[in-house]
Amino acid sequence: MTAAIAKYLAMGGYARYVWPAYGVAVVVLGGLVLESIIAYRRRRAELARLERGRPLR
Amino acid sequence: MHRFANPARFMRLSAALLPWCAWSAALLIAVGLVLALFIAPADYQQGEAVRIMYVHVPAAWMASFVYAVMAAASGASLVWRHPLADIAARSAAPLGAGFTLVCLVAGSLWGEPMWGTWWVWDARLTSVLVLFFLYLGYIALVNAFDEPTRGSRAGAVLAVVGVVNLPIIKFSVDWWNTLHQPASVFRLGGPTIAPSMLWPLLIMAVGFMLLFFTLLLVRMRTALIAAKVRALQLLASDDTARPTPRARHATLDPAR
Repeated sequence: MTAAIAKYLAMGGYARYVWPAYGVAVVVLGGLVLESIIAYRRRRAELARLERGRPLR
Repeated sequence: MHRFANPARFMRLSAALLPWCAWSAALLIAVGLVLALFIAPADYQQGEAVRIMYVHVPAAWMASFVYAVMAAASGASLVWRHPLADIAARSAAPLGAGFTLVCLVAGSLWGEPMWGTWWVWDARLTSVLVLFFLYLGYIALVNAFDEPTRGSRAGAVLAVVGVVNLPIIKFSVDWWNTLHQPASVFRLGGPTIAPSMLWPLLIMAVGFMLLFFTLLLVRMRTALIAAKVRALQLLASDDTARPTPRARHATLDPAR
């Protein structure tokens, strides 16, 4: 079982090319997803505070 | 198009569309990853390294597609001066830059084992690098002005002019002798790639496309909410400090 997993992860000797390629996609696209969601939530919270009439900061 | 260009209508429409876009993007990318990493066969020449294709190629398609969207929105913003078109272009730029970066890095990681080099200044690779710098230049330019509308105007001109790079990218592999291979999916006479590899590729590509539209909608909504926040803050500062503007004028202009 572990041997089969190790063999799979080795990617026929191309592990050091295949996994970084997927890694960069996860980091860059995942980063964009996170950044988009965080900025959206922050703005929405700001708007909610303003509409309740409390001062910012 | 103009019917959807009303910000209030956009907020309603995008709120309804977002969950569908987001969940179908997540589903397609998950299925695409399973197919790409477990089901798709190794290539008879490239072995397992061919799996890099399922990241590199959809990212490359998106790099050009997002630029086309950004340029179209920029053109619309120049012609009709509509703020939503402008917001669409600004929101698309970081996404396009991200896809282009993924395409370049994954391509480089594919080039080393298959071509024996990380990078070569052939027409395809160079024109995609230029595309990446166009995105970065656009982002820098639109943020370089104190007045947002001036930044948008300048950025829109850059985005529209930069469109000449798209056909150069597409046809670079035919016009010049490139190390990069010519098209094997979108070509006359049909794809020259086995269905067992084509399907994972197409599913990943549609997943990336849906991810782009999801994030575009989120970022456009963020920009619209930010504009509303700014307007409310201006209003609030006007209410609390009513006498100040007049007082400031008096000191600046003693003759009055």
